[in-house]
This record gives sequence, C-alpha cells and structure tokens, in this order.
Amino acid sequence: MIIVGFLIGVSLTIALVFLGIFIWSMRSGQYDDTYAPPLRMLFDDKPVEENKAENKADNTR
Amino acid sequence: MESVTTTNLAPVTNKLACYHCGQPCEDEVLKVDDKSFCCLGCKTVFEILSENNLGDYYKLQSAPGQQQLRPSTNFEFLDNEEVRQKLIEFESEGYAKVTLTVPAIHCASCLWLLENLYRINRNIFRTEVNFPRKRVTLFFNPKGIDLKGVVQLLDKIGYPPHITLNAQEEQQRPSYNKKLLLKLGVAAFAFGNIMLLSFPEYLGLAETEQQFKWIFSLLNIALSLPVVFYSAWDYFTSAWKSFRIRQINLDVPLAIGIAALFLRSLYDIYMGTGPGYLDSLAGLLFFLLTGRWFQNLTYENLAFDRDYKAFFPLAVSVESDQGISTSLVVNLQKDHVMLVRNQEIVPADSDLLDEEALVDYSFVTGEARPVLRRRGEHVYAGGRIVGKPARLMVTRRVSQGHLTSLWNNEVFRKSDESRYKRMIDRTATRFTWVILSLAVGSAIFWYLNDASQVWLVVSSILIVACPCALALSAPFTYGNMLRVFGNHHFYLKNADVIERMAQVDGIVFDKTGTITNGSAATVSFKGQLNDGEQELIRALTAGSAHPLSTLIHRHLEGVPQGAVTLNGFNEVPGAGVEGMVNGHHVRIGSGAWLGMEEITTDVQSTRVYASIDGIPKGYFAIGSRQRPGLSELLQKLGKKSLALLSGDNTGDRERMSAIFPQETELRFNQGPQEKLDYIRQQQDNGRHVMMIGDGLNDSGALKQSHVGVAVTDDTGFFTPSCDAILQGSQLPALSEFLQLARQASTIVKLCFIISFLYNVVGLSFAISGHLTPLVAAILMPASSITVVSFTSAAVWFVSRNFQRPRK
Repeated sequence: MIIVGFLIGVSLTIALVFLGIFIWSMRSGQYDDTYAPPLRMLFDDKPVEENKAENKADNTR
Repeated sequence: MESVTTTNLAPVTNKLACYHCGQPCEDEVLKVDDKSFCCLGCKTVFEILSENNLGDYYKLQSAPGQQQLRPSTNFEFLDNEEVRQKLIEFESEGYAKVTLTVPAIHCASCLWLLENLYRINRNIFRTEVNFPRKRVTLFFNPKGIDLKGVVQLLDKIGYPPHITLNAQEEQQRPSYNKKLLLKLGVAAFAFGNIMLLSFPEYLGLAETEQQFKWIFSLLNIALSLPVVFYSAWDYFTSAWKSFRIRQINLDVPLAIGIAALFLRSLYDIYMGTGPGYLDSLAGLLFFLLTGRWFQNLTYENLAFDRDYKAFFPLAVSVESDQGISTSLVVNLQKDHVMLVRNQEIVPADSDLLDEEALVDYSFVTGEARPVLRRRGEHVYAGGRIVGKPARLMVTRRVSQGHLTSLWNNEVFRKSDESRYKRMIDRTATRFTWVILSLAVGSAIFWYLNDASQVWLVVSSILIVACPCALALSAPFTYGNMLRVFGNHHFYLKNADVIERMAQVDGIVFDKTGTITNGSAATVSFKGQLNDGEQELIRALTAGSAHPLSTLIHRHLEGVPQGAVTLNGFNEVPGAGVEGMVNGHHVRIGSGAWLGMEEITTDVQSTRVYASIDGIPKGYFAIGSRQRPGLSELLQKLGKKSLALLSGDNTGDRERMSAIFPQETELRFNQGPQEKLDYIRQQQDNGRHVMMIGDGLNDSGALKQSHVGVAVTDDTGFFTPSCDAILQGSQLPALSEFLQLARQASTIVKLCFIISFLYNVVGLSFAISGHLTPLVAAILMPASSITVVSFTSAAVWFVSRNFQRPRK
C-alpha cells in the first residue's frame, strides 16, 4: 500500500507544478490579450523593400 | 445622385457600400478604380494605404475601416512640452516610446495595419497592439518624426488616438479580473484534487487501510486552506461589510455556508466521525467564482464614465505679450486671451473680443443651429466656433464654468447602488431569515428529542442551504444576455442594467443625435439646374460660413470646376447671400427675400431658394436625417414612449408629431437642466424611466434616469456617462431589447424556483439528520449544474429568433 502513498505524492506534486505554471502565466500577462497573438502569426511578412521610393522620400525630409 | 443602384449587393439596401468602412454611400459616391467610397476621408485612407502597398488591409476583412466623417482634429497641442512629457514614456536619442488609446481598433485588419506602420514611415520602428485594451505602443525615432507626426499619421489612416493626460484613467482597470481568475484557478485546482482524495473514503476503506484515512483527510485540509483563505476571502469581507451597515446581501448566506462547511469538516475529521465536506466546499467556490467571472466578462474597453473633460480640448492657443503659445486648458486663468479656431470647442466661459462669431451650442443645448455672438457677449464653455477664428477672454476657470456646474449636479455624485437594490439581494434577505428560523426551529426540536444531534443538524442546515444555485442564476442569465446584446451592438455597463431594463415602463427620447442622425444632413435640389448654374451657386456659397451654405457647398462639390469670378458678395443675416458670379446675379436664401413663393407642403426640411439673374430656379431641401425604422419602433412601444425632449426650437414639431404616437409629449427648447427635471418629475410619479439620448447635453438626464442609454454611431469614439451604449443602427431593435430584458428577469425567477426545490430536498436531508458528506457532494454540484444549464438553454431559446445583424 506504500505505493499508493507514493503515487498520491507524485500526482499532487505534478498538480502543484501545473498550478504554479498557471499562476506564472497569469501574472506574466499571457491572458491579457487573447485575440491578437493567434492572428499575428498568420500575417504574411512582406519585404519592406517593396516601397523603396517612399522610404527615400521619408528619409530626405 | 442618389439613384445609383447595383443589384449584386445585399437586397436590404439599394445603395453602394463603402469599400473602406462598409457604410452605405448616402449622398455621394466617390470612385477609385472600381471601388466606391462614402466620403473623402475613407477615400484618402484607401489611397494612402495603396500607395504604401498596404492593400492587404482590405483582404483580411471586408470593409474594415471606420467612417471618416468626423471633423479633423487639431493636434497642435502635442507640441506643448508639458503635454509631450506626460505622454512619452521613454525617450533617448533616436528612440522613444509612447502608448496611445485608439478606440477604432476592432478587427484583424486594424491589428495588421497598425503593426505595419513602419512601412508607411521608416521612423517608426515597431508597433505593438493590445487588442482588448485598444492600446497601441509605438517605438519611433524622435529625430525623424515627432509625437505630433506620429499622432497625425494615425489620424490620417483613420485611427485617431484618444488622448488624455489623466494617466490613471487608462491604467486603473486591469488588475481586478486577473485576481478573480487566479482565485478561480486555485479553487479549481483544490476542487479536483480534494474530490480525488475523497473518493476512497466514499467507496469504503478496508480495516487494514484505516491509516490512509488520516493522510487523505490531512491532505484535504491542506488543500482547502487556500480555498477558504484566498479564493473565498471576498465573500467574507463583503458579508462583514454588509453586516456592519445592517443589510443582508447575497454574500451573507454564502459566507455563513462556507464557514459552516469548513468548521463542520474540521470537527468531523478531528472527531473521526467522517471525511468532512471539503470537496463540496471547493466545488462550491469553483462554481461561485466561475459565475462571478462570467458576469465580469463585460466590455472593459468601453469607458462608461467619461465626463465633459473628454470632449474638451487638452490645450488651447493663448495670446500674450510674447505672442501666441499653446497652454493646457487646466492652466487657463481668468483674463487670459485665447484664440479658438473653426470647429474647435471653447474650453472655458469667456467674453468675445472680436466683432462677431458664430457659435454652435449643440454640445450644450442640443440646438443645432449656430448662434451669432457680438463683441463683449458671453460665450459659454462647450460651444463650438464655426467659421472665422475667435478671440475670447476667459471669465471663469474651466472648473467653475457653466457646463461644469451641470456635471457637479448631485445626480452625478450618487452611486447607483444607493438608489437601487438588486432583486437578488432582496431574495437573499428573505432567504437568510427563513434559513435562520428553520435552523433555530430544528435546533429546538432536536434539543427536546436528542440533544447530541443539535449541533450536527444546525450545521447541516447551514451547509445545504448555502444559496449556491441562487448566486449562480443571475450571473449566468445576465451574463449570457449581455453577450446577446453585445452581438447586436448594445453594450451594457454591467449585468444589473438588464434587471433595471426589465422594470422600465416609460421611455424618453432626446431628439438631435437620437431621433435624427446628428451631423449627417441630406441636401437635394427641387427644380432644374444645369452644371453651369450649379457651379455658379457653388462659387457663391464658398464665401459664406453659414452652416446652410456650407452644406450646399459640400453638396455641389462634385460639379466640374472652372475659373469663376465673384464680385459684390453680400450676406444678409437671416435672409441669404447674393453676388455677381461670372457676370450672373446669383441669389440664394429665404423665399421671402428672393420674392419667391414659399412651398409649405414639404414640412420635412429647411428650404433654401435659389435664383439666377432674377429667374427662380427652385430650392434646396435640407433635412436632418431621421434614423430608419423609427416609426415601427414607436408603434411597437406604443404608450411606453413618454416624451420627446429636444434642445432645438419648435421648427420640427410637425414632423415629430407625425411619427410619434399622440400620447407622447413633445417638448422643445429643453436645456440640460430641464431634461433632468422632467425625468425626475416622472420618477416622482412612480415611473421607471429609460432615457435615450446622445450623451452630450442630456448626460444629466441619462444619469438621473433608471436606465440611461446613449445612442452613438461610432461606439469606440464616444462613451459618455451612461448605463448602456447603443449603436445608432440598432435603435429600431430597442423594443426587442426591452422584451429580452424582461424575459431574462423571468428566467432568473425560474432559477430561483429550481434552487428552492433543491433546497427543500437538501433541507429535508439536513433536518432529519441524514446529510452525509456523500449526499452533499452530489446534491450541491448537481443544483449548480442544473441552474447553469437551464439558464444557458433558456437564454438561447428566447433569443434564438433575434438574429445577428449584418456588420
């Protein structure tokens, strides 16, 4: 029966680790914005060079 | 011009939808390639974006923009060093950081565009958007672009920031929900683990395994400590507070129940009589906090408490011996001379120094037509200068002005709670007394029969009677209903507003901005005019600052333009304007002045007649646009619509009496104070009044009313002090909203009945002394789950026919 006690200890430790991770993620602001991040990674990155002329105009100002 | 129709659009509208903002193109259609735009602003934004290869903006979501009809804002005040200091968070050579609130953020396209700002201007390194807060953090090179430049760029692409110097206003709100979620997480963790550790004992432990009982029990106690002392702490403090002011709210029986559960469990475990009720305790907290979290899912990004200061400029040009400089409005002193330009708001009560000035007081009184002020006359704060810039001498500091005094009205100091007691708290009061008397009754009964059972029975009663289901019914019903309303662009400040809406038996409307569509006016010409003649009139109206001239001028903007000469321009106040254009004598103005016959059949509009070289040509009909679907709404409301309060003059009486039912009282020339008084008078007659206004000059009335609803066309830009914000296009659905609110109230009552039935079952176990931990562990979550699923299903059922509107 000692094994039961051991398993309880292990399961509680794992549960506590998960609780800790939850609290950490909450504190670090991961739930602040649940809308933007999943969209952000879907946006295609286009090279900025496409509008060189525009940038030059800006830089000369 | 208005006859442009296409067949490939939705059948509901026969007008073109703007490619940028999706609004129907009402008066004019501007074309670029094959795309149509409703206004110059929308078209400009499109052009800027396509020039910079940012056309993807329109691919991520169709018509993602906001209509650009608002007047352009003057951002000169950002040059003021004091303002700059307050806004910029970090600055070093070649690197600066600023965070701005941009209310227009609402979709994936917004996000994409704002985070690609660096492509429009190289001096912006990076942008970060916080979507739910609608805040944008910009990192830029202050050498290449200054703060004003950044803000102007945002404004140019249709995302004007709302700038406030009150940093607290923006930073105050975030932490509460976070704390609640943490508490919920802890309760969920404890709930799952305690349940797991309680199972062996429910299922029965063999004689040889009795030593485990102690391990399980001790672990359970350890796990329940954070639940009681962290997750449940708010219930204790709230119960204590309400106890101190001798009132019983719902948290009192909840706190008693939680305490009874915990203490009884400790006792049972200590005496070795049972495993205790700790799983029920953790489950209870888990459900309660879930309900609370659900109810708090309101609209964090909308501020419902903005006061007049939000509409005042932050800074104003001040004239002194050293010339003109910008000064913060809060620093304005008596006798300062300020220069207020066209379309700017006068920030403080002052006297006019110039010869004359046109002031539009619609912000203060609702009267739409500008009034003429002459030298030395008083101009109240809140007036908007139209036409020529005006020099004004401050007579009173901002905080002591005329408009401010309205906001200092006692109405604004009362908190909502003191005027209104929630249904749930009334029920809780009764509930608590019944439970307490039951407990005392059974205590006496058991004392006479079996004194050893008294303490057990009493604690059992307190445990099982804990009004968990009662506490869940309102948050879930109202929370679900809030979401339904939100889908229809009707945003409530909190869930309590629904309950108050259910009681409404009288509705009072404001006119300007509510019944009629604020700034938008329709201009149409009745008669015959060729292009050349239109051009003559356009040239003539260019010289006049009168609002009607401006409207006609804008209406004729699309006319092909050639070289024109204007001589002998003459404006006769109250009559019209005339002049020699390209050798033709052009006159527009009132019929009497032109010697033309006034047409009286058309009561819908203001008429401006036109004649060229003495030949009458016809008239321009100018009407404020009435919101569509209004008469159907008023018919549905019937006797409920109590009155129309308008700050305007009686000119619109006929038109208004045509659409309002006969019983509705029509009052004109109503100032802000009169509107407030009218609401109060109706309330004294025992009515529950809902006030529907635009939130500007009627904010006092909105606050005084039982439910104050502000109608607005751009939900993001304008969020005044009120209980609810309704998008203009959704006004016709008002009667449905009211009906849903009443149904929500009924659903809550049905939940009370369910909760009551569970309590009867539970109490019969408790009073007879049979409430074992296992019975409690089944009964308590079961009642919570029944209530939650019933209310979700019921809300879905009543709102199933209420379809989602198009964007």
